[in-house]
Amino acid sequence: MPATSAGRRTRLRAASTPWLFASPAIVLFTLFLVIPIGYAIYLSFRGFRVEGGGAFGRRVQAFVGLDNYTTALSDPEYVAGLGRVLLYGLISIPTVLGLALLFALLLDTPRVRARGFARTAIFLPYAVPGVIASLLWGFLYLPSTSPITYLARQLGAGPLDFFGFPALYFSLANIALWSGVGFNMIIIFTSLRAIPTSVYEAARIDGASELQIAWRIKIPLVAPALVLTGLFSVIGTLQLYSEPATLRPMTTTISSSWVPLMKIYQEAFSNDNLGGAAAASVVLALGILVLSLLLLRFFQRRTFGDNA
Amino acid sequence: MTVVTTTGTTGDRQFRRRRPRARRRPRLPFTVLLLGALYCLTPVAWVVIAASKTPRELFTTFSFAPGSGLFDNLANLSAYGGGQFWRWGLNSLLYAGLGAILSTLVSAMAGYALAKFRFRGREVLFSVILAGVLVPGIVLAVPQYLLLASVGLAGTHWSVLLPVIINPFGIFLCRVFANAAIPESTLEAARLDGAGELRIFGTIVLPMMAQGLVTVFLLQFVGIWNNFLLPFIMLSDQDKYPITLGLYTFLGKGAGDSDLYPLVIMGSAVSVIPLIALVLVLQRFWRADLLAGGLKG
Repeated sequence: MPATSAGRRTRLRAASTPWLFASPAIVLFTLFLVIPIGYAIYLSFRGFRVEGGGAFGRRVQAFVGLDNYTTALSDPEYVAGLGRVLLYGLISIPTVLGLALLFALLLDTPRVRARGFARTAIFLPYAVPGVIASLLWGFLYLPSTSPITYLARQLGAGPLDFFGFPALYFSLANIALWSGVGFNMIIIFTSLRAIPTSVYEAARIDGASELQIAWRIKIPLVAPALVLTGLFSVIGTLQLYSEPATLRPMTTTISSSWVPLMKIYQEAFSNDNLGGAAAASVVLALGILVLSLLLLRFFQRRTFGDNA
Repeated sequence: MTVVTTTGTTGDRQFRRRRPRARRRPRLPFTVLLLGALYCLTPVAWVVIAASKTPRELFTTFSFAPGSGLFDNLANLSAYGGGQFWRWGLNSLLYAGLGAILSTLVSAMAGYALAKFRFRGREVLFSVILAGVLVPGIVLAVPQYLLLASVGLAGTHWSVLLPVIINPFGIFLCRVFANAAIPESTLEAARLDGAGELRIFGTIVLPMMAQGLVTVFLLQFVGIWNNFLLPFIMLSDQDKYPITLGLYTFLGKGAGDSDLYPLVIMGSAVSVIPLIALVLVLQRFWRADLLAGGLKG
């Protein structure tokens, strides 16, 4: 490009243009992500005491080092909450992803009837908010309104308890499955469609069955989509809140601090223990981050190792 | 979407002549998919049917038998708290609609900048935003509340609207999409014609990214509509509640008073139907390949 004044002006303009376009995002990112994260970390090292009336009366605060962290991690209720969320995740994540993969592969099988209908029907619950999904299933679990219990009674069986242990975990995982399977299925299905058919034509000619093609060719090729869905599932699962909170009025099994986020909310707004809540948030966020990175690293080597 | 099946017998026969065994319509996949569809539709069917029941019918008749209280329930729901339910609906529409539009615009601008300009700090900026995807949004809610409270915004409409405008994943998707959809030559040609950067963005870039933007909009709309913890933490005035939070408090009250159950069920049914319609209509514009390809980008 000739170094005319016009050219220089273009380059000057080009230097600031991307920043101008990105500036709303940068400002909002700073205000609503960076500063809150920093503030949470700061708070987690401070002991807060609210004195006087009102929600935010006079605060007396002091640097308390790692006290909040040791308190949070030695609080049996918080640790139990982490355990509950992990158990719930161990049940729900493999089920959701496994069935999403299964449905996606079935949708991708040639000449299957009613694929459009099945795809739309399975995707539909994605549009239903978690709170409302929990309400719906809650009523389907509640002995006085449940059609399942009704049928069981007609067949002479006793009432079914969906809120006991360990049934509650499966009841919750079922809500996650219902809400999440369609969305994940669509992502996996779409990446299946992106595979050129020529890739498996050869295998078909060699007489490979659809099952073999799915297992040997399709699944390895959609691994990146599986990693993506797995990542979002992990992040979403550990933030479990609205489902147990919604089911709570229906059962006594769910305590007011049943999952970490409920505990955090309770500490922050009922007990005015902001430092403790912040420390518990940081621990949870770090846990999610570590799990996400482990997942990425573990699969990156396997799925992207060849072409990276 | 409608069910599209290629005509059964004639097609099959033609295939059979050429290749006898492999061309049968597979039964098992069809059955499994149908079971999956049934599983997903049953609770929706249940809530629509249950919405028609009077309180007594709800607890006495079989769940899938329609009741006789449809219009009573609807009238009671509308009357509750002086039309509070419809106000919640409007609030949800405001938060999700406006929030998703602004969020999509902000994401499009940032994604375009990151995809189509070479500038110092680009990679750093992109990495930082990408890291934002991994930050669990809900963990931010408490510090966000405290910060907004300190500037007097907690409890206002802004407190639930502003935090959802920034969407790192949306920015990430917009970058992937801008990379794929906008040829460098088009931008060069427009610049040579003397078009300003803002005009290029408004008249060339946005229309070319339209399909991807619909996806980002839909994701964010559903995300905000479904969001529970943010409004739960931010709002105390019931008149500002979105529909999810409203129904949640409704159920909390219903625990002591099962006469409220039919209203909760009616409310769930009413709030589910428009969202399902929206997804069905917009599904055709939805570019899931954008999500699927995301990780490679």
